[in-house]
Amino acid sequence: MKEITKLLLMIGLFLVAWFLPVGSERFASAVHESLVLANWYAREHVLLCLVPAFFIAGAVSVFVSQGSVMKYLGPGAKKIVAYPVAAASGTILAVCSCTVLPLFAGIHKRGAGLGPATAFLYSGPAINVLAIILTARVLGPELGIARAVGAIFFAVFIGVAMHLLFRKEERERMESNVGMVVPESDGGRKSWQDLLYFASMIGILVFANWGRPAAGSTGLWAFIFSAKWIITGVFSLLLIMFLYLWFKKDELGEWVDSSWTFAKQIMPLLAAGVLVAGLLLGAPESTDAGLIPGSWISSLVGGNSLWANFFASIVGAFMYFATLTEVPILEGLINAGMGKGPALALLLSGPALSLPNMLVINSVLGVKKTVAFVSLVVVFSTMAGMVYGFLG
Amino acid sequence: MEIKILGTGCAKCHKLYEETKNAVAQTGVDANVEKVEDLDKIASYGVFMTPALVVDGEVKSSGKIPKTTQIIEWLKAKQ
Repeated sequence: MKEITKLLLMIGLFLVAWFLPVGSERFASAVHESLVLANWYAREHVLLCLVPAFFIAGAVSVFVSQGSVMKYLGPGAKKIVAYPVAAASGTILAVCSCTVLPLFAGIHKRGAGLGPATAFLYSGPAINVLAIILTARVLGPELGIARAVGAIFFAVFIGVAMHLLFRKEERERMESNVGMVVPESDGGRKSWQDLLYFASMIGILVFANWGRPAAGSTGLWAFIFSAKWIITGVFSLLLIMFLYLWFKKDELGEWVDSSWTFAKQIMPLLAAGVLVAGLLLGAPESTDAGLIPGSWISSLVGGNSLWANFFASIVGAFMYFATLTEVPILEGLINAGMGKGPALALLLSGPALSLPNMLVINSVLGVKKTVAFVSLVVVFSTMAGMVYGFLG
Repeated sequence: MEIKILGTGCAKCHKLYEETKNAVAQTGVDANVEKVEDLDKIASYGVFMTPALVVDGEVKSSGKIPKTTQIIEWLKAKQ
């Protein structure tokens, strides 16, 4: 950090402290709200949801053979396969947001080309395992599934549209193509063993978080709820058994190491995001207690009008969300009166684009294609929001 | 020897850089370790998954941090 930046930072903090509205009731309640929200996250989401999710993400990044996916995104890949694979592969390739841009540049330059690259860029950040798990847990399974399905579905449209728009230029460029480096895969397990290993972890995650049924209800849901710790325990025992039987010691070390890296990378950002979301928008159980009045939010993005969806998706496109912070912010917005459709629109356009990442995309694609991509993202996210709001 | 670490500056990329420097110091080879952060240049190596390790123009690993013993082996083989 340069000395001058430090000085500016200090002056900025000083001004904030100087003008802090400490006497105002709204401010006091907003600070309270932000602590309530942090408390709620710590109690409800960290142990049962985030911790297993970090271990799953770590396992994905260490044990899933990425080479097997990359082969469908290479220069010789069939187009009809490359698009859906690019759109869906974010689940296992984009576990860390910092891998999204290099992969995008690689697919564009050396691999299947502009269309699949933009498809990947759109859906990747939205459908990595951590994002899916946290969205489903905090915002509800319905929005979690809508987010994953919407991202994959619309990614294909955006990719094809980009390909058709810039068909000619792409053809010239692709001729100077050389091969790509496929990361080698290792590990001596069979794929069914890996499958069981992942299934046991997902089992722990799903059943430990099994929601409380409505009072007095019976049937399968209530039965599973009453036995949820037994089921979770069974899955845990299975996991321990798999780990003992099939894994080498240094593989386990690598797994723990990579889970820890995710935790270190994401926890501080998420904690900051939760505090800011609580301060601005209030915690879920209270109404209109944050700094931003609820009436503003419901007038801008309430309901399911075209304007509300468009506004949500354009704000999402330019705003920067650190990994996963879109979830607490969205939660606050929904609580303050945001409609379901606009919520999905923001979830789709938000993590895919931000001002800083537009600049990077611009350096890879050039101005014309970047503008086209951003416009397509805004248009398709708006449409996705409209459709979801209409169906919901 | 020209060693390049490809990566956009994420935590793993820094770690690979440090490991490689260690390996170079341990083996005592005469090598120049350099970071490459430009996406266009990274893609021009054909690398999709970062971080990647390039020794004298040859991509040795991509998408993970190889073990230090492995890096040392590569360095010795090139000597």
